[in-house]
Amino acid sequence: MQVNVPAPTEEDIRAIVAPLASLEGPLLPMLHALQDSYGHVPQVAVPVLADVLNLGRAEVHGVISFYHDFRDAPAGRHVLRICRAEACQSMGSNTLAESTLSKLGIGWHDTTQNGAVTIEPVYCLGLCACAPAAMLDDRVVGRVDDARMDKLLSEAGA
Amino acid sequence: MKIYVPMDSAAKALGADEVADAIAAEARARGIEAWIIRNGTRGMIWLEPLVEIDQGQGRIGYGPVTPEDVPALLDGKLDSLGPVEEIPFFARQTRLTFARCGVIDPLDLDDYRAHGGLAGLRRAAAMPQPDIITEVTESGLRGRGGAGFPTGIKWKTVMEADAPQKYIVCNADEGDSGTFADRMIMEGDPFTLIEGMAIAGLGVGATKGYVYLRSEYPDAIRVMNEAVRIARQNGVLGLDVLGSGKAFDMEIRTGAGAYVCGEETSLLNSLEGKRGVVRAKPPLPALEGFLGRPTVVNNVISLATVPVIFEKGAQNYADLGIGRSRGTVTLQIAGNVRYGGLFETAFGVTLGEIVNEIGGGTASGRPVKAVQVGGPLGAYMPADKFDTPTGYEEFDQNGGLIGHAGLVVFDDSADMLRLARFAMEFCAVESCGKCTPCRIGAVRGVETLDRIAEGDMAATELLTDLCETMKDGSLCALGGFTPLPVMSALTHFPDDFACHKEAAE
Repeated sequence: MQVNVPAPTEEDIRAIVAPLASLEGPLLPMLHALQDSYGHVPQVAVPVLADVLNLGRAEVHGVISFYHDFRDAPAGRHVLRICRAEACQSMGSNTLAESTLSKLGIGWHDTTQNGAVTIEPVYCLGLCACAPAAMLDDRVVGRVDDARMDKLLSEAGA
Repeated sequence: MKIYVPMDSAAKALGADEVADAIAAEARARGIEAWIIRNGTRGMIWLEPLVEIDQGQGRIGYGPVTPEDVPALLDGKLDSLGPVEEIPFFARQTRLTFARCGVIDPLDLDDYRAHGGLAGLRRAAAMPQPDIITEVTESGLRGRGGAGFPTGIKWKTVMEADAPQKYIVCNADEGDSGTFADRMIMEGDPFTLIEGMAIAGLGVGATKGYVYLRSEYPDAIRVMNEAVRIARQNGVLGLDVLGSGKAFDMEIRTGAGAYVCGEETSLLNSLEGKRGVVRAKPPLPALEGFLGRPTVVNNVISLATVPVIFEKGAQNYADLGIGRSRGTVTLQIAGNVRYGGLFETAFGVTLGEIVNEIGGGTASGRPVKAVQVGGPLGAYMPADKFDTPTGYEEFDQNGGLIGHAGLVVFDDSADMLRLARFAMEFCAVESCGKCTPCRIGAVRGVETLDRIAEGDMAATELLTDLCETMKDGSLCALGGFTPLPVMSALTHFPDDFACHKEAAE
């Protein structure tokens, strides 16, 4: 995650998306590339993407806002996703999520005050046979109980 | 000595990386020559991390292994599970699609070839297009993603369509709770998916393929990208597939967290870079799919099953199963269950056998209350439906759907009203917004269930009516099938709805 980086310029955005312009259906790969670089899709990218792809700005905005993954502001330094789907519910993920959020004093999609962790709901990580499951950044964790959750949160600096 | 430690996500989620590191360090310290292979998973998730050691006399399993177990493991003092393939859960299976998963190094093309890989593609490459379609049709393979549409018919439509460019699109947006077969195959045997897509490409005359892979599976994305690179480097993909003179190449695309993009027309819009809203059908994607071109859209397991059909012959596959459900079903046993994991077997095994015998009942040891089959849009099946055999028609007749063959087991502590409310809430969160019954209906559904929870039993009639409207009026399966979990919960577990009335009084 980026902290205190200068705001990207139009040229920065163009440099990131230009190599993807030859793909069939390039918008999602472009948005992913921008989010990989900046931790979110900067507002300044919208007119650039509209120009590069010959789309309306509203269309580009409509695509960004449709998908859960794309952020308009950076997340915390780490993202912890807790699975809320049925298999995890059958193994107590509701209670786990409630106790985690209340311990941190935040709600879904919020970031801890020290900026360390953003908590996101996720609907299935494919870890349904070792539920409940969570994912800290790209690292998956199965059979999460309160103790394991505390360890994850302290590793992330929450 | 060969030591296998899975790098499947589920194994990693249970500590496989730490175990692999510990083995490497311990072997180094002792000066033992150990060749650590990161395989896929055998699918016995309750045994993960399942370490296998091969000293030349077959693979002996140990699990679940912790890093602390490693010294004893290398001393030969850790209790073993015996030969892995003789573990009853494994020995009972008929593994075709998953034959190599957990066996080979997923990114070793030679290992893949040594275990039957590429035999199917080689055979298909020498066949005229119509024969490829006939082979798939005769195998009886139906879409394993949920809808169960005959694969051969879909391919035939695309083959016969006249267009300058056609596409194969693999739907790897496995978002259903309780399903992980796609993830397992992509992480554990990615070449079989590539091979299946190449066969589909040769069959219908498509030179380009895409895998639309959900962003929630970063490990699968990494493995698939690497596998495509290796396949291209070795002439499995490219302008001259296995020296056949025919072209097929493919790319991996990452989704962006939208459940509805598992619906084929939403997926195509998303792949084109649009909002993932549903398209009205017709036109069928087979005629106007990706970028308006004829497109085969198949699920991962459907495509990953194609190579073994060509390797062993259509009849071999068609001989398995019941009724119009031919071949094998890749059951994913999950949730509150003792022996959770992937179980591949011929269609026909009953729900009760799966839950109680193969799955061993609940993990909590409490009685089984319900099993949700087929993901968040599937019905909650009560114990008195446990004699239902797995088959598309058989499940349909019993008010359920097999879907992607994921089963989520719940014990008697499950609150079916809360689960019904969750189904509506999920539909509201994930609705693409294009059609009113789904977009508005799901929100009203949550409100109506809240009224029932407050003791207003008269609202059940309203809920039933709303579900009818959603079922009949929605454009796609999200709005159309959300009523299934809701109504099955209400029908089979009325006490969970009525008890709130008593509590309120």
